[in-house]
Amino acid sequence: MKLLEHQAKAQFRQVGIDCPMGRVAHTPEQAAHVARELGRVVIKAQVPIGGRGKAGGVKLAGSEEEARRAAEQILGMDIKGYTVPAVLCEEALEIARELYLGVALDRDRRSLVVMLSFAGGMEIEEVAETAPEKIAKLWPDPFAGPQPYEIRRLALDALSAVGGDEAMPKSRLLVQLVPLVQSLYALCQRLDATLCEINPLVITATQRLIAGDGKIEIDQNAEFRHHDLVKELGDDQGAADSGEDRLEVEAKRRGLTYVHLGGDVGVIGNGAGLVMNTLDLVKQHGGEPANFLDIGGGAKAEVVRNALEMVLLDPQVKGIFVNIFGGITRGDEVANGVIEARDQLGIRVPLVVRMTGTREEEGRKILEEAGIVPAISAPEAAQKIVELVARSGERG
Amino acid sequence: MSILLNRGSRVLVQGMTGSEGTFHTQQMIDFGTKVVAGVSPGKGGTEHLGLPVYDTVAEAVSATGADVAAVFVPPPFAADAIMEGSAAGVRLVVCITEMIPVNDMVRAKAMIQRRGTLLVGPNCPGLMSPGERAKVGIIPNQNGKEGSVGIVSRSGTLTYEIMQALGRSGFGQSTAVGIGGDPILGLSFSDVLELFAADGATELVVMAGEIGGADEERAAELIGRGYPKPVVGFISGRTAPPGKRMGHAGAIISGNTGSAKSKVEALERARVEVADTIEQIVEVVARQLRPPSGS
Repeated sequence: MKLLEHQAKAQFRQVGIDCPMGRVAHTPEQAAHVARELGRVVIKAQVPIGGRGKAGGVKLAGSEEEARRAAEQILGMDIKGYTVPAVLCEEALEIARELYLGVALDRDRRSLVVMLSFAGGMEIEEVAETAPEKIAKLWPDPFAGPQPYEIRRLALDALSAVGGDEAMPKSRLLVQLVPLVQSLYALCQRLDATLCEINPLVITATQRLIAGDGKIEIDQNAEFRHHDLVKELGDDQGAADSGEDRLEVEAKRRGLTYVHLGGDVGVIGNGAGLVMNTLDLVKQHGGEPANFLDIGGGAKAEVVRNALEMVLLDPQVKGIFVNIFGGITRGDEVANGVIEARDQLGIRVPLVVRMTGTREEEGRKILEEAGIVPAISAPEAAQKIVELVARSGERG
Repeated sequence: MSILLNRGSRVLVQGMTGSEGTFHTQQMIDFGTKVVAGVSPGKGGTEHLGLPVYDTVAEAVSATGADVAAVFVPPPFAADAIMEGSAAGVRLVVCITEMIPVNDMVRAKAMIQRRGTLLVGPNCPGLMSPGERAKVGIIPNQNGKEGSVGIVSRSGTLTYEIMQALGRSGFGQSTAVGIGGDPILGLSFSDVLELFAADGATELVVMAGEIGGADEERAAELIGRGYPKPVVGFISGRTAPPGKRMGHAGAIISGNTGSAKSKVEALERARVEVADTIEQIVEVVARQLRPPSGS
């Protein structure tokens, strides 16, 4: 799960990373109140997505009145599909320089990577694209974590990549960065995060390092270790419209691996690779997939019913393609599941089932007896469902 | 011949007494695999499926001479199981478990690399060498057919599909390896390609990749530098939108990396023929392995 900025900063503070003074506001009044205490403030939309500044979700306010007006504008604003439920009001920092500091999963190195750059403030992907040499990297030993000498090397590399920097004396920078990087790395490990990012990491006019923004992503596979935290943060985020796709939220509740794609051909299959390939086939035959839905290895009748019900919650779906390779999945069970679901749910849209593997003949026979025509090859099934959906479109 | 697994391989199963472990161990035995022991902490000294069960991998190795470990333990304990197998000195660990926390895998990967243990997976179907009557993992037995095609794939069910489609046209496998759908994996496409290059039984390699990461691009570089055997490519997830995790934790297009387009182009630059469908894979394999007479 992605933490909101104020949630990430609460985590930073717990490990001793300095953040600006500030508070969350849900109303313009609350924002004005914070400004009365702190003076010049920055008002920032709390949404789990980058590019807030460009979208107008970050404003500077010099007075209570300005803070109220800024909060009024930002609260309820739509940023890339997310409705802003709250703003973070923070003391405005005197910025001498903006750095980037992040700990992230590096797939290619099969390890965590610490990245530091003096080209902070921008999206790091953009820097990586336009000036990759400006990002210094460190791949710590996963058992030992980053050592002080490695962090000093990282800082020196980042410095020399920009030909030095005057915002802070080198010695002072090195002294402050070592514990900061170690804390951020330790936090990443403790939270089972795949990303802990401070961008910008601000060098203030008084030569302190302060986290200007915070981004943390917790590994979905590790959420079982952080039940309380995930629940607490989720409740906080769920308090307002989180902007997440409603169908995907519902699928998660049902324990299904589902991605909403927006077309009209519902797709169900077993195994992520197979489902991806099924989407490709639908598209190759001129159709638009409505979703990705992987029912996984041992697909039981109950799971198939649940999946069909899920796909039909999408009102755009005009037909469903079920593609099952029965390795450990049994064809007869899948067939029974499909029939049971069709009858219970009163499914009227066309249904094409393609099935192979263990007990495939039994499965096909069961389908045929129940009046569903099964397909043997996936391309043939894709063609069939696309035709059927197109025809239902002509009629409707 | 084959890669990674042969008729001499002695396999122990971590988590053999669980329901998945029990089912698939029996399947492996039925296929002809020499399964020699199970490991379930706390159940040492008992028997399961007629095999001795040990508390630790080290005990199982010293008592039975096992050199391959199959991991069927639940996600919270799976990375530890991989490290235990490595520490006990097995040559190859095959981890079927999915949903392992990624930071656990970072540590496990670092450790096995230090010890030189080979790892297939996690979140994979395992591997099968049909001519050697050896299988570790969950690839359906009926899909195994002896032959000269090496298969390496990130997906489970797609691997079975390819094996079945090739099998129906008369092409069997030397070894089929599912390397897994996670972001942190043991063997990569390149690692497996290098093994196939040196294997006398493999005449051609089918490589089935998917969106996410850059392993396919690296494999393409390896092939581009000169690969001794024909390679047929396949990439799934061509229609997947960026930023969405398509089931596999590793199948996500992030920023500018991981798109199907980039992978297809990299493979084509390396003069690998990339098939659009599984049926096309079969056509290309047939053309490569049975050149028209008179040519």
